[in-house]
Amino acid sequence: MFMKHGIVAAAALAVTLATPALARVDGDTITLGSSISLTGKYATNGLHTQRGYDYAVKVINEAGGVKVGGKSYKLAVKYYDDESTPARGAQLAERLIQQDGVEYMLGPYSSGMTKAIAPVSEKFGVPMVEAEGASRSLFTQGYKYLFAVLSTSEQYLATAVDFAAAKSSDPKSVRIALAFEGDPFSMDVRAGVMDKVKEYGMKVVIDDQLPADLSDMSTTLTKVKALKPDALIISGHSKGAATAARQIDEMKVNVPMIALTHCEAAKVQEKFPKTANGFLCPTQWVETLSKSDAMFGSAADWNAGFKADYPSYTSVPYQSAQASAAVYVFKEAFEAANSLDKDKLRDAISAVEMETFYGDIKFSAQGNNIAKPMFMRQINADGTYGLVEKAGDMVHPRNVAY
Amino acid sequence: MSMTNRTMMTYAGLALFGIFGPILFPQYTLTIAYLWMMVLMASTWDTLGGQMGYNSLGNITFFGVGMYVSAIVQISFFYEGGVGEYTSAMGSIKPEFTAAEYFWGLGLGILAAGIVGLLLSLVFSSFMFGLRGPYFAIGSLGLAIAVAEITITINYVGGASGISMPLFPGDIEFRSTFFYMLCFAFTIVSHFLLRWLYSTQFGLAANAIRDDEDKAEAMGIPTLAYKRIGWAIPAFFMGCIGAVAGNMAGFIDKEVAYPIPTFGIFMVAMALLGGKGTLWGPVLGAIIFHVVKEATWTYLLNLQWVALGLILIVNIVYFQQGIMGWLQTKYPELFGIVVDTSNIADGDEKEAAR
Amino acid sequence: MWDNLQLLFVWAPIINVQVILDGIFVGAVFALSAYGLALVWGVMNIKNLAQGDFVIMGGYLAFALHQMHVPLVLILLIVMPLMFIFGWIIYVVMIRRIIDQDMFVSLLATFGLSLLLQQVINLIFGPEVQTIDMEMPVYDAFDNMVTVPSSKIVTLVLAGVIAVAVVLFMKRSRAGQAIRATAQDPRAARVLGIDIDRVYAFTFAFNAALCGAAGVLVSIIWVIQPFYGITYSVRSFAIVTAAGLGNLPAVIGAGFGIGLFEKYTGAILGTAYEVAAPVCILLLVLIYRQIQMRRNRQVVR
Repeated sequence: MFMKHGIVAAAALAVTLATPALARVDGDTITLGSSISLTGKYATNGLHTQRGYDYAVKVINEAGGVKVGGKSYKLAVKYYDDESTPARGAQLAERLIQQDGVEYMLGPYSSGMTKAIAPVSEKFGVPMVEAEGASRSLFTQGYKYLFAVLSTSEQYLATAVDFAAAKSSDPKSVRIALAFEGDPFSMDVRAGVMDKVKEYGMKVVIDDQLPADLSDMSTTLTKVKALKPDALIISGHSKGAATAARQIDEMKVNVPMIALTHCEAAKVQEKFPKTANGFLCPTQWVETLSKSDAMFGSAADWNAGFKADYPSYTSVPYQSAQASAAVYVFKEAFEAANSLDKDKLRDAISAVEMETFYGDIKFSAQGNNIAKPMFMRQINADGTYGLVEKAGDMVHPRNVAY
Repeated sequence: MSMTNRTMMTYAGLALFGIFGPILFPQYTLTIAYLWMMVLMASTWDTLGGQMGYNSLGNITFFGVGMYVSAIVQISFFYEGGVGEYTSAMGSIKPEFTAAEYFWGLGLGILAAGIVGLLLSLVFSSFMFGLRGPYFAIGSLGLAIAVAEITITINYVGGASGISMPLFPGDIEFRSTFFYMLCFAFTIVSHFLLRWLYSTQFGLAANAIRDDEDKAEAMGIPTLAYKRIGWAIPAFFMGCIGAVAGNMAGFIDKEVAYPIPTFGIFMVAMALLGGKGTLWGPVLGAIIFHVVKEATWTYLLNLQWVALGLILIVNIVYFQQGIMGWLQTKYPELFGIVVDTSNIADGDEKEAAR
Repeated sequence: MWDNLQLLFVWAPIINVQVILDGIFVGAVFALSAYGLALVWGVMNIKNLAQGDFVIMGGYLAFALHQMHVPLVLILLIVMPLMFIFGWIIYVVMIRRIIDQDMFVSLLATFGLSLLLQQVINLIFGPEVQTIDMEMPVYDAFDNMVTVPSSKIVTLVLAGVIAVAVVLFMKRSRAGQAIRATAQDPRAARVLGIDIDRVYAFTFAFNAALCGAAGVLVSIIWVIQPFYGITYSVRSFAIVTAAGLGNLPAVIGAGFGIGLFEKYTGAILGTAYEVAAPVCILLLVLIYRQIQMRRNRQVVR
């Protein structure tokens, strides 16, 4: 019958229609692979990340590329869209490695996606430098080919708890409200916060988990108003931050201290200038950082260059900065290894010790960056971010006139 | 069941492809494994959806539940702390399973996943089969969403943080081949089971229910019993393949286990694409869909969903009978010459007769 | 959960007012898009899974107009006709061809449309969460325990105005009468000289316009993102299933009911259950209706 022939023909087509396998090094180009979220719930930050990668590739190539064995190579990144779904990410990672012949990987966006992809790159022994997966549990698995330039996620909001304790005469009496999205990253941030809360013996009065598609968190905020906690702590990527800022304004939530992740990525200072005043925002990197390197210059130089390429940013999210740093790590490691062999490269990455515009980078045996601190910033009345190094630097209580 | 030469040749061709595909193109092993998985999803969906006319949008529920059940079985059987301790440690515990422990756990996990899926379908059957047409479709979609949302509030199975599956004891090539063989085997088993089933009284009763349930009931066909079986079979296989998929992925959470807007809808689209209510339609649909999907994902980055949406629309709006039905109307002489109707066990002729 | 119940009914009962108000605002917007769904479902038997994406599309059109400093009332007056035209085009291109088909065909075809819309919106506007900030005052009462932004009051009034206009339109105008006649008996309507195809096209376009209006309101009181459509679709289906087809007061009632149920579930069980709530209500309604029908040895169809 016609159709059954069709089946065999189609099945054969499934194989022949495949992509021609790219060589990992094609002429004078080194191809890094990345599956990144261009659609779906992480798309905002996926884009920030992709821009960070692209900017670094551009700068490095303009400066002459990567020199290995006396030859100059250009960098290129092969992207796939993982649609913010971990299963797809894992599948695409396999495709990058097996079908496209990629031997060096850049990470995806978010801890959940990294959790799904790390086992794949590990299986194939492909080194992956990732910039956006901060969950602690990534670094307890004994992965040998996973390296993260960023600080781990339990550090994100734990400092906020310290500040809350410092601002109170009796830390035990401090009452905390928590609202965390139901995803691996936020759950890990929450674990870090809970450790601190227990350490101080504080009381958690609200502990809500936000659903991934929720565009309305008014019920949580209603409870916050009724219970009047001393600090409100929120984590939910960019859309969580945007939703929270919007509704905190509308419901006149008057908590003396509000801390949330992803302020810059969600552009809250720009979209909700009035409410955002006084928000505490953890960040992996600040543009005023006094660190620099030969490639990108100082943090401020990187910031200015990136803004020139992508003028839509008023405040550049740290997600882009760390993405650039990840690409830079590859350049350094290639040159240190002086080889394109992935195992030699892996050893070179693990030995990397460098100062960059993004901060110092040195990997622990587990693969996380231990040389770089996290920062806490507070949004000022004029929409700028001010560094908060100790509780005394902080405007407390938050000074907002609704 | 007698087979024509043609059918034999098709099977031989598919078997050759199934066995030698991954040997000749080792880098595509898992891509082909996903192909078989999609064939299984579309074919088993068709049992209730195509043959019986109950269009379920919730079969993916069994996939996700199966995945979680097998994770629980695999971990709790050989790790003394139990699943609760494993998940609450958020990945910092990494039990070392021996190879024997791993494979026993996996086997038991897959079996348990299938059985729990089957039992769950019986529970759903008790309150879903009074619904017809759109209400059944929407109700079953609702079930999938509800089960998925509730799963992430259960801390015992890791809640929103998900579970890392036990590591495979063995090298990469063996791992790929092993999971490939599992997918291939389940697809073969399900195909021949369905093939046999449609040739029995079940097939006739199922089509009677689809065409006019009231008349079927009036004729004394125990419709509810048939509908239960019609959902239990896909539920069992979706549970099993869910368990396999979970182990292939290595890390499971709500997104991996309940891909409602992707696989949940794809399996229906694939069956419709090939032609629902036939044995071979979903197979053809799945293969074409998979090829098109992989190709758009590779060549049309950023536009892949646009392409997929367009394909779905064009397919459904302009080729409502599926590719098979379209071919039949377009080139009837081709079918008239080729089809030996006495030997085809499926609903092809009915489709043509309409 | 116990804490939350105590909070609601013992410690600070006043926050019930806030929860109820939020439920009403939510419900009003849901009711608009659900009524559109009830119309196309009842009149032309199309189950539109892209309903939520029409809402989001309306929201993004409003957002784009707001960027150009168009005032709110004008935004509504521009978005509704635009969406009407868009709906008409979609009808001509695809809906017309699937109208007499198996119900599943309409579900899947509109699912394809939903994918397409999400993606095109994402390509044009980017994936960021957007919102229209009207910068209107916020009223508070009971020592700031209850806050009502005037933007929400404005949207509630607008939703009410649109609902009344729809009722009048359906009852009084010739087009409305033609729609109702077609819904009751398409063949009889055709015999009496009604152009069925035009009625269908008008109904579908009208639905798109209603969704567009809902989208404008959503973008003002909440946030929009290209991929948020599905939640509005699910709620619309839940409301229509609960309320039945073509009955505006029942749809509005069910809209408020689901809004309140969602908010109270959130307040008592925790926000994590807020997405599951309308789905569970949908399932409960379906089960209840089956029990009802079973008494008469009938099924829900």
